[in-house]
Amino acid sequence: MNEPAAYIAATRELYASLGYGSYQWVESGTQVPLTPLRQPLSASRLALIASGGIYCRGHLPFHFKDDTSYRLIPHSVATADLRTAHFAYDQTDARIDPNCVFPIDPLRRLERARSIGELAPFALTFMGGIYSSRRVREELAPRILHEMQRMEVDVALLVPV
Amino acid sequence: MGLIARHLEIAGISTMSMTSALDITRAVKPPRAAFLDFPLGHTTGRPGEPELQDAIVRAALNGLETISEPGTILTLPFVWPEGEGWKSSPVAPAAARLDWPQYQTDTDRQAASNHALDRCQLCAR
Repeated sequence: MNEPAAYIAATRELYASLGYGSYQWVESGTQVPLTPLRQPLSASRLALIASGGIYCRGHLPFHFKDDTSYRLIPHSVATADLRTAHFAYDQTDARIDPNCVFPIDPLRRLERARSIGELAPFALTFMGGIYSSRRVREELAPRILHEMQRMEVDVALLVPV
Repeated sequence: MGLIARHLEIAGISTMSMTSALDITRAVKPPRAAFLDFPLGHTTGRPGEPELQDAIVRAALNGLETISEPGTILTLPFVWPEGEGWKSSPVAPAAARLDWPQYQTDTDRQAASNHALDRCQLCAR
């Protein structure tokens, strides 16, 4: 494989240019949790969680200053109604085809092909680039878990930007 | 996003995390990940290429059934066709950190003007 891009260094520069303090990236310890699939994917309920700032036309977009809110987007949404609002990536291609950062059409095709048991009623979106990992851990993650539990989701596909 | 993956997994929900940023993913250690070496803004593919998008999502989800070692990062075999020039400046200049809603277009702003935000079950929790 060729050398991957250096995002930690680039992000530190980005935050410095925005006037934030020196950014300490999250370093997790060696313990990594893992929940094996309880049944095959073809019998599981899957939800899409995406952090590319995707919102639905007619709804409220994100703001650009540590927005920790989220949106629920029906899995039946018309792809043409999807929009993006994000402060830190080039959205040109995502605005041409939201599937670049929100693979709703591939997931619907996999559901039709019965490779996925079913899609949960809603996908969940937010805007990544939240500066405080504490706010992600304490504010956002518990609310996302609650939404997943409410929809009785077995599996989540996480698509960051 | 890796923190959220870990939070869900501890609570018994299986996760697969896509990633374009291998160094970040190695630091945060999500339970399962699939690395696609494409520029930011293309986490699951290129615009107008549904067959590529399908193949990427399918390959990533396959990891749910094959990964048994916590913290495994799959490398997906797809190659960005325009080469590696994008890697010299992988992060776009950031937009101003404005703290009011950033509509993609003015038409979107108008489309949301009658939106009953305080009663919406889908927005702004």
